[in-house]
Amino acid sequence: MAELIVISTLNGVLFGMLLFLLSSGLTVIFSMMGVLNFAHASFYMLGAFFGYQLTRWIGFWPALVIAPLLVGVVGMGVERYGLRNTHKHGHVAELLLTFGLAFAIEEIVSMIWGKSPVDYRVPAALDFPAFTVFSTNYPAYKIFMLVVSVVIFIALLVTLKRTRVGLIVQAALTHPSMVGHLGHNVGRVFMLVFGVGSALAGLAGVIAGPSLVTQSDMAALLGPILFVVIVFGGLGSLPGAFVASLLIGLIQTFAVALNGSLASVFGPLDPSLGPSPLTDIWNVTIAQIAPILPYVLLVLVLIFRPMGLLGTRES
Amino acid sequence: MSNAPTPSIAAAKQEPGGALSFYGVWLLGAIALVVLPLIFSSGGSLTSFSLIGIAIIFALSYNILLGQTGLLSFGHAVQYGLGGFLAVHVMNAVASHNWPIPLPVIPLAGGIGGMAFALLVGWVMTKRAGTVFAMISLGIGELVASSSLILRSVFGGESGITTDRTSLMPMFGWTFGPQIQVYYLIAFWVMVSAIAMYALTRTPLGRICNAVRDNPERVEFIGYDPHVVRYLAYMFAGFFAGIAGGLTAINFEIANSAYLGATQSGLVLFSAFIGGTAYFFGPILGAILVTYLQLGLTSVTSVWQLYFGVIFIGIVMFAPGGIAGILMKHRPLIRAGTLGTVIPSYLVAAIPTLALALGIILTIETVARFSGGDAIKLLGIPFVATAPTTWAAAAVLVIGGFLVARITWRRVAEAWDRAATVARDRGYLA
Repeated sequence: MAELIVISTLNGVLFGMLLFLLSSGLTVIFSMMGVLNFAHASFYMLGAFFGYQLTRWIGFWPALVIAPLLVGVVGMGVERYGLRNTHKHGHVAELLLTFGLAFAIEEIVSMIWGKSPVDYRVPAALDFPAFTVFSTNYPAYKIFMLVVSVVIFIALLVTLKRTRVGLIVQAALTHPSMVGHLGHNVGRVFMLVFGVGSALAGLAGVIAGPSLVTQSDMAALLGPILFVVIVFGGLGSLPGAFVASLLIGLIQTFAVALNGSLASVFGPLDPSLGPSPLTDIWNVTIAQIAPILPYVLLVLVLIFRPMGLLGTRES
Repeated sequence: MSNAPTPSIAAAKQEPGGALSFYGVWLLGAIALVVLPLIFSSGGSLTSFSLIGIAIIFALSYNILLGQTGLLSFGHAVQYGLGGFLAVHVMNAVASHNWPIPLPVIPLAGGIGGMAFALLVGWVMTKRAGTVFAMISLGIGELVASSSLILRSVFGGESGITTDRTSLMPMFGWTFGPQIQVYYLIAFWVMVSAIAMYALTRTPLGRICNAVRDNPERVEFIGYDPHVVRYLAYMFAGFFAGIAGGLTAINFEIANSAYLGATQSGLVLFSAFIGGTAYFFGPILGAILVTYLQLGLTSVTSVWQLYFGVIFIGIVMFAPGGIAGILMKHRPLIRAGTLGTVIPSYLVAAIPTLALALGIILTIETVARFSGGDAIKLLGIPFVATAPTTWAAAAVLVIGGFLVARITWRRVAEAWDRAATVARDRGYLA
């Protein structure tokens, strides 16, 4: 039991930090432009596939730097030539544009790399057990993922709170026209923020690819959870996104690891009905309901606290 | 989207004799539904017509949300799928108990299923409109789709639940075994649902839905609660989506969890938006086009979904009014008799645009077939995916087409402005 708790906590924090790499970009883009970027998880997927391809060509370490940059360039292109032109048609059109992009990117990826998982492996330099807890070897690569996410998290925090660029970005979030009057190119700031957000998603993809499965449906699997995270944390709230990322990461990891069901807990009381929804619920394991837990949380938070955990405004 | 012309403006400007043309359109639609299968009577086209009919109901029901109430839903397939499942269960129950219920009323059960679910979750979902509603609908969609795999006894797990439509009581000697009888059943429901949904847009509720879409704050000032209005709209949309789901269940004699999934929700969004959400007939056009493409493209290319994505992105970026929006833009010009001055510029612009489209198709197919090796047949010319000449042709078509198209479309805009000025002077354009 102690082993399960330690390992699941580590994995949960790791998954949560990965989620935060994605949700931070999504949240900043949302509060800046009012656009929910549906294609954000697609940038994550692009990162994974670029990372895979570049790793095969030039090795993992250069790929770790170049792939996110490429994704960032793609993101900036989307903002400059797509979203900016669609802006005049309103938020619905912008949302639909990113929806169409997510759809198209998934199709392009499966067209080029196929629908089955690609062989994206952990680099040899990191392919060893870091330490052993209760007879379980914990892979060094996961520690590396954790370190990268934490470093990015701190770098992001410092950039936003302590530098001039961060100051301009923060000001542009709330008072874009004032920042424009002060002589800053707000359009360029938006483009850069969109690019950085996409690059962060790409980085998450590069480092998550070898550990999780790199496949053309990985965006469709993660995307909805990402939206749950940012609604749960409070739309536009960066600390909220952080807390929600960790929480959902932990909940999902623990749920997958637990194998209990109502039947196993209250076994002797088995009502032994025929096949009915009740027996389905009676027999379902916690691991099986793990995929729906985030959405249950979403519904609950919307009923009881519509502004999200740390959100300030009614979303 | 809020500044798009609403049906009410179009209706207000109707000239005398409008009633005749109004009923004429509906009559023509009904005649087309009856006559089409007599002209194209092969099994394949009957199946296509059936699917198109279902898609029309589904897309129209989606437009109650997106077009009329301004609610962007990413989970509309939930009501559709649940309607389908309820219809299958009702059919099985009717068959096993020998109840005297004929097949044609079964879609009503589907509708009730869709509406019941909307009734259950709608109140929480429709609290807010806009992005939040979009995300909740996505979340609910995922929730139901994942839950359907857990509740095996209701949803039949991966394989779904099957039924036999011929086991129900025959009606007027029809057993609904042959596809043609199922087609007429679907056609009947298409007509009934379309009329009902059109009538809904003319009721005070339909009007207040438009108001909620355009300015919820003012709706509150005149004493309506936008939340209640959205809730009602959501329930009606769920009802008609459920009818579409019930018809699908009858058509395929199966309901499975794919009916509830994100792909289905995406397709209906594509249909409604490509057709045009600002006009009632827009989603009909979109449903016909998308279903037709879906059926036609699958046999031609393996990446047909990508073409959907590209068409959709193109519509969102360049013609957010959809096909119906493009068509209706020309109406004042036709009335003013100035359309003729625009057409030459269209013809000029068509050539580079076509070249651009061909270039995009060639690029996509080259990438898709790079490893496969079979030749691309485009306009009867075979291209080899691995040949550099093909890449060069694709690049020239895309880049050249794009550059020239940009210039010619600017000309179209100028010609359009001139024609619109004349139309405005003659009083046909506000």
